[in-house]
Amino acid sequence: MKLRRKDILGMQDLSVEEINFILDTADSFLEVSTREIKKVPTLRGKTVINLFYEASTRTRTSFEIAGKRLSADTINISASTSSVVKGETLIDTARNLEAMNPDIIVMRHSAAGAPHMLARLMKPAIINAGDGAHEHPTQALLDLLTIRTRKGKIAGLNVAIVGDIGHSRVARSNIHGLTKMGAHVTVAGPATMIPRGVEKMGVAVFHKIDEAIRDADIVMMLRIQTEREKQNIFPSLREYAAYFGLNSRNIRLAKEDVLVMHPGPVNRGVEISPDIADGSYSIILDQVTNGVAVRMALLYLCAEDTKA
Amino acid sequence: MDYLLKGARIVDPARQLDCGPLDILVENGRIARVAEGISPAAGRRAKGEGLESLDLSGMVITPGLIDMHTHLREPGFEYKETIWTGSQAAVAGGFAAVACMPNTCPVNDNRAVTEFIKRKAQECGLVRVYPIAAITTASKGAQLAEFADLRDAGAVAFSDDGKPVMDAGIMRRALEYAASLRMPVISHCEDLNLSAGGVMNEGSAATRLGLSGIPGSAEDAMVARDIILADYTGTPVHIAHVSTKEAVSLVREAKKRGIAVTAETAPHYFTLTDEYLENYDTNGKVNPPLRSADDVGAIKEGLKDGTIDVIASDHAPHGRTDKEVEFDYASFGISGLETSLALGLGLVEEGVLTLSQLIAKMTTMPARILHIPGGTLEVGAPADLTVIDPAKSWRVVPAALYSRGKNTPFAGWELRGKAILTMVDGQIRYREGQVNGSL
Amino acid sequence: MAFSPQGEGVFFYRETEMGQKRVVMDAEGIDRALTRIAYEMLERNKGVEGLVLVGIRTGGIYLAQRLQKKITAIEGAVLPLGILDVTLYRDDLHSRRKKLRLGKTDIPFSLDEKKVVLVDDVLFTGRTIRAAMDGLMDFGRPKLIQLAVLIDRGHRELPIRADFVGKNLPSSFWEAVAVNLAEKNGLNEVVIEQVA
Repeated sequence: MKLRRKDILGMQDLSVEEINFILDTADSFLEVSTREIKKVPTLRGKTVINLFYEASTRTRTSFEIAGKRLSADTINISASTSSVVKGETLIDTARNLEAMNPDIIVMRHSAAGAPHMLARLMKPAIINAGDGAHEHPTQALLDLLTIRTRKGKIAGLNVAIVGDIGHSRVARSNIHGLTKMGAHVTVAGPATMIPRGVEKMGVAVFHKIDEAIRDADIVMMLRIQTEREKQNIFPSLREYAAYFGLNSRNIRLAKEDVLVMHPGPVNRGVEISPDIADGSYSIILDQVTNGVAVRMALLYLCAEDTKA
Repeated sequence: MDYLLKGARIVDPARQLDCGPLDILVENGRIARVAEGISPAAGRRAKGEGLESLDLSGMVITPGLIDMHTHLREPGFEYKETIWTGSQAAVAGGFAAVACMPNTCPVNDNRAVTEFIKRKAQECGLVRVYPIAAITTASKGAQLAEFADLRDAGAVAFSDDGKPVMDAGIMRRALEYAASLRMPVISHCEDLNLSAGGVMNEGSAATRLGLSGIPGSAEDAMVARDIILADYTGTPVHIAHVSTKEAVSLVREAKKRGIAVTAETAPHYFTLTDEYLENYDTNGKVNPPLRSADDVGAIKEGLKDGTIDVIASDHAPHGRTDKEVEFDYASFGISGLETSLALGLGLVEEGVLTLSQLIAKMTTMPARILHIPGGTLEVGAPADLTVIDPAKSWRVVPAALYSRGKNTPFAGWELRGKAILTMVDGQIRYREGQVNGSL
Repeated sequence: MAFSPQGEGVFFYRETEMGQKRVVMDAEGIDRALTRIAYEMLERNKGVEGLVLVGIRTGGIYLAQRLQKKITAIEGAVLPLGILDVTLYRDDLHSRRKKLRLGKTDIPFSLDEKKVVLVDDVLFTGRTIRAAMDGLMDFGRPKLIQLAVLIDRGHRELPIRADFVGKNLPSSFWEAVAVNLAEKNGLNEVVIEQVA
């Protein structure tokens, strides 16, 4: 079987079959990271460029490790140190890179639709590492893998996503992925954080965290960006934490075997209380481990053969 | 050269005329006769010399179309469009006259820029250009521009288009002062605090695409404000580019109550919805944004029942560097002069408007609102007329547009209906594929 | 004519017709071959000390499991058993039309200083074994590596040879040899088929 597409731009485009295929492949890559010699020669001689227009440590590191463990040559370009500062347009940057024959470009950008623009114009495979508030498919895939591994299934589970849904690409990608795979998805946050028409994506909407996490199997907390306070999306971190944070009191409303997830980095004491973050409910570190495996799987699947 | 235009259907809404086939005799730049079977010998010249006869059977002749909302970009943004290229686009689109918005660089808030535009248009010798001057200096929304001086320099209306006048106090004074000079005020209705950061219509499409939304209420709130101000001051106000269901409702109610409000919409608001932006095509990025299917339906209703008086293109040409970027960073605007008529004819085909009603919204009404001559085929009037082939099929090819702005979401569309001849002042300025100007 | 050195006697080699399948080893034949291989392994390595089995996915897994059982029956000890998926080490990875389904590798013990017996069903060009050896090296430094295969069908493209062979099966390059095992698909037989 082969991935029937050149690029991974969003969960919206992937079929259930493709998602399962990617998760199964990722599963097989997990043990490579546990070996003494954490390397396989599979992508030897392939060039992977991590083109990050937005600052990111964890995602970029995850992709870099994934690429290196597959023996690929990985190169990191971050916008602040590059020609972008000198005013080069995205298209020109992309064309210049293409002239150096990369095999895969992993791209993160603050403007939704940017990787789609590149995918239309360029030959190398494009993997979307996050475009504005639109999609972050590799995050959703690693979240799905984590849920599947821990719970044995995804269909039928109650998943609550809590936080700034409006500005969250993680939320959007997970909503697509989870609903496709048959989970019941609820979103919650103050009304200012719930985007218009989100119910059309197949989710139930609540404005109180208690209602959303009641009987949840999985609670996914989103990171609050402090800049939003100035935009009056919420009045203060204190109020947000008190009314929308996950803590040892309200976690009891969820199922007993509930698992807590977070895309990171965690604002301790804001969206998650420290004891929940460090406690047994949290599978946040699983997510990180699975992230490398999922990204290895995607790099492996996207590395096209020039001869075939 | 005199002209005898033979055998066409004549649609002149100003005189409630829609019949044919009739002939029109154009002599000395004016409409000399409109009747059946005019013979060449009936012209002023003996033996019919200096008279060109055109067989226009199957065609429709209307008063020269008037576009009351165009951006010609000169002075200052010549890479997007110049008065010369914009004039070509206008006559190619069937327009005999356009009114151009003041958001040039410098802003047209003074006599010097107004006179420059008029002079340039004169040199081009293609389409009549009526400058619209700014409401406030540099359109900063703080200080009224010199309305009387601008009027005398040749401005026909005032607008800060591109931006709203956020300060209600200033808008009130602008309406009062302009009305006392019998000058129309055209309002770009947008509450900047509600629309802040938005790049497309706020709704389920924007949510799915992860793009910041411009809520319909940003437009509606300002429409409501301007209607109230117009009512209070007893002055007229013209609402530019109406795009929402609620705005149509507000204008309809206001008219019922006898308030002197008029409204225009642009072709993209009755042709496309926000779902068009699925692929992040920046050619669909416009302000006000493409709205929902509900809004599109309401716009059509508004056109049908007369709530919306005018169809104006809001021709907003942009350069490649403005549009070939990430959606968030792309400029707002659609290059519309050359597709306006065909899209309007689409409404006739759909049964939303009769041909007469459509033409009225593109001739009579703009002329009336701007208090400019034209918009009629009455004998003695300057011969500004448009010949339309209503059945002509053609494909929108951006590279073939006369406008410098190739930014159209209708690229590749097969449209039906096209202006094949545009006459201004008795001279043929555009005849099927050829523009005849002075430059 | 070809000799089968394992003492089955001379037999005549003939090519199969296109589409026709020929059974070259039945259930009993497989069992006897594995029993013999088990004894040979123990003899060569002088017992089970430091001996481990690694089955190559997918053909070698069940054979390795069967060998493990046989050795337990003979010596009483249970040999450590690992599973190796060589997909990531293949040399034809990027020129294949369809990517192979990636399977899991599971070697839950150290290979350092061990005598590793790689187990596969059919030895053909030798490229799979080359990939398997590269994979094993990433897990540690074995003391030695031996190769046990049920069928050796010739046509080596690399200098690879098996230490323990169930049956030598001369074949044409255009024939396909399949080892069917009950654990996989119900049958216990080795078939050869003309495919091109």
